Amino acid sequence: MTNTQEPIFGTTFFDGEMAMKGYGLNKMCYSFNKAENREEFLRDEEAYYDKFGLSEAQKEACRKRIVLDMIAEGGNIYYLAKLAGILGLSVQDVGAQMTGKTVEDFKQMLVDAGK
Amino acid sequence: MAKIVGGICTSHIPAIGNAIANELFEDEYWKPFFDGYPPVREWLDKVKPDVAIVVYNDHGLNFFLDKMPTFSIGAAPEYRNDDEGWGIPTIPPFPGDPKLSWHIINSLHDEEFDLCTCQEMLVDHGFTVPMSLLWPERGEDQIKTIPFCVNTVQHPVASPKRCLAIGEALGRAIESYPEDTKVVILGTGGLSHQLDGERAGHINKEFDLECMEKIVTDPYHYKDMSIHELVKLAGAQGSEFILWLIMRAAMKTTPKVVHQNYHIPISNTGAGLLCLETTA
Repeated sequence: MTNTQEPIFGTTFFDGEMAMKGYGLNKMCYSFNKAENREEFLRDEEAYYDKFGLSEAQKEACRKRIVLDMIAEGGNIYYLAKLAGILGLSVQDVGAQMTGKTVEDFKQMLVDAGK
Repeated sequence: MAKIVGGICTSHIPAIGNAIANELFEDEYWKPFFDGYPPVREWLDKVKPDVAIVVYNDHGLNFFLDKMPTFSIGAAPEYRNDDEGWGIPTIPPFPGDPKLSWHIINSLHDEEFDLCTCQEMLVDHGFTVPMSLLWPERGEDQIKTIPFCVNTVQHPVASPKRCLAIGEALGRAIESYPEDTKVVILGTGGLSHQLDGERAGHINKEFDLECMEKIVTDPYHYKDMSIHELVKLAGAQGSEFILWLIMRAAMKTTPKVVHQNYHIPISNTGAGLLCLETTA
């Protein structure tokens, strides 16, 4: 079930263990495909967390908008992207937050990768 | 008999969907990317394939973690796009070719590949972005499509070896179809990128350029690479390169490169494009 290979820096393998841990969180994010669910979340976040049975650690990561903590609690980036969308964050905004850079520095890093 | 006329590899980054909707074709950021596509569309206009088999990965539109098939295939008369939650405009449905779908399903089954068959299947940006890039104008006689979806969300993800094998079987399935159908196969996604974790923003130009070369001349170079090694080199989502391998393995002989383009960055990704024509 668990990936036992050597770790890769800053990379979480979303395997069976993480998929079970993050099931409720990811299911909540998957529900955001529908506009009415996005609206329901924005009306009452706390009630929406409870509807999907999020753990306290998952709720806290969402309340504080800390994406690395969401990932540590089993969030998968493809589903979390839908939450980020509600919060108005692009993948560069999220990347900057996770790498501790400004968004401008993060974008520059991407440009520099092409040089 | 059906014939594979060629293969096209292209990235399928969601931001492209918005850039198309906003017609940013001449925008300074987007121009080096979009300028890659007209020569491929010219080739498609000349060759006129009847069906596009689109090898892609779903990113949480059709499939969730409640059911996550490793390989799934559409067997429907049409495939709808839908809201992915963060703002790419939804585009009209794509026609299917269920008769060819079932031929592929049965042929692959005979070769011991058991696919999840889908008579309803929502297609997300992994499918729609390449289709919009390659066939921006869709009329009454638009190309038919078959989505071939591969799990890259949840590990274990199919190995390069497995993907090469299923690609070979897909090629044999198509070429044993008795109708005179011209098929183009799209291998979508990639190249190197990582969206999540402290390594977010990882792009590996050297690896990407090697992929662009080897996918043409020697795709079996990657046969014994593990998914772990692929993630290490290409980034967590760079594992989508396995989709290119499926496409390429379906083409038996080394193809002719009609056109290619590579550009960094599009969003967080090294964006690759290859148009490959089948050789005798």
